[in-house]
Amino acid sequence: MHDKQVRRRRAVLALLVAVSLILLTAYFGETPNSPLHNVQRGVVEVLSPVEDGASKVLAPVRSVAGWFSSTFHAKTQVKQLQQTVARLNNELAQAKGAKLLNTQLEAELHLDNSLDLSSYHPVTAQVILRDPTLWYQTISVDKGADDGVGLHDPVIGDGALVGEVSEVSATASFVTLITDHTVSVTARVLDANGDTGELVPAVGNPDELVMQYLNPPNPGQVQNGPQQGQLVVTAGFKSGPLESYFPANIPIGNVLPVDENQLLNNGTIQVSPQADLRGVDVVQILTRPSPGTERAQVP
Amino acid sequence: MIVSNAVKLPIRLVLLGFFAVVIQESAVSQVSIFGVSADLTPLVVMSVGLLCGSLTGAVFGFATGLLIDLVLVQTLGVTSLLYIVIGYWAGRLHELRDPSHELVPLAAGALAAAFAGLGMAVIQFLLGVDAPVSLLLLQQIFIVVLVDTLLALPVYALVRRIVRPVLPEDPRRRRRRAYTTGGLSPLQQGAARRGHVPRPQSR
Repeated sequence: MHDKQVRRRRAVLALLVAVSLILLTAYFGETPNSPLHNVQRGVVEVLSPVEDGASKVLAPVRSVAGWFSSTFHAKTQVKQLQQTVARLNNELAQAKGAKLLNTQLEAELHLDNSLDLSSYHPVTAQVILRDPTLWYQTISVDKGADDGVGLHDPVIGDGALVGEVSEVSATASFVTLITDHTVSVTARVLDANGDTGELVPAVGNPDELVMQYLNPPNPGQVQNGPQQGQLVVTAGFKSGPLESYFPANIPIGNVLPVDENQLLNNGTIQVSPQADLRGVDVVQILTRPSPGTERAQVP
Repeated sequence: MIVSNAVKLPIRLVLLGFFAVVIQESAVSQVSIFGVSADLTPLVVMSVGLLCGSLTGAVFGFATGLLIDLVLVQTLGVTSLLYIVIGYWAGRLHELRDPSHELVPLAAGALAAAFAGLGMAVIQFLLGVDAPVSLLLLQQIFIVVLVDTLLALPVYALVRRIVRPVLPEDPRRRRRRAYTTGGLSPLQQGAARRGHVPRPQSR
């Protein structure tokens, strides 16, 4: 009797482990339109109303807990934010002048504005689920294909880039945050050289991103390269049929203290994300004017 | 009565797993404590294993992990693989040692959270990570383990409250309860039945 129980227990354990491994292997090698992915999308579609309801019902609990954590956090940030406001006011004055000049020059040269932010339609969405693990940095929002949301649409929150849409169902979407290890963004530092590079997350550190493949400045002209506090924005490249999923000039974050050795030898700097990726409750999905990656262009 | 409980237990476990995942993802994961979010699901799986045994723990762990992977659109099988081990291990602890100390769920919760955090890291490394990995990952895992350890006792108490009324009676537990709640051991029962036996006076 005892032996039978032991055998049954071991058989069930082996079966469960085998099923998990088969699922893992099959899912890992599958394309996004394969059966397991479709099942997953179906489950998301069925459960998204439940999650939406639960999120609304549990909102007061979240708010109370969030109030305590935000209060402590806010006190430590007051001084730092006052300094930032002063600096940004100066930068805003300069930027307004530059924008005016830019508009005039664009009109004279008939530049292609299809990568401009204004050609996207923002859809406001509420966060209904959040992934707690350190490895999958995703959130789920209450807007889907029915609202015009498409795969790889850029998502902004707190005025900065948050991530991109990675799964879409009719009524909900999943957004992979820029701190997820599967996401990389072509970005530009607003320094004297306008350096561009690839922004990737530092896995395990949700408050930091790594900008790599930067052109190291000449040793005598380090001051023209990236400096602490400078803004990092999306580069939004377009080359023939290839086009970045992110339009240009969406703020991403600020340059952290620059390690000159790292910059000169490896071409990397650290960037702090501007949006509070863990606390964002409402986001804007920048839906594309037309489906697909190809976009209408004014001749 | 026995048949009724045999049906009630799976129903309660299904509802427990479903609501645990929904509450975790809709509320708990959105509250930041020391910069991280608590993860209640390994604690729930550990509690079910400790209360119901290895087989139930492993199946519950598999189902809960699969639901998490489905709901969060993650790689299927990763979380279920980790939670099978947590549920099975907690169940074996119950079957082999039947620990009765009140702090056992605390230690078991810490181990379950540590295993879930480190196990996820190992699997992700095996699957391949393109981005640079910061050493802060270890610090983050440590803080999650700490927060989960603090929550282990209340979660265990809640799961016990839900599951215990429909659990089949465990003979070892019944025997222990008889000893600790004023019941007599078989030896004492024998003496009590005989009553007071006067000793012969020594000469």
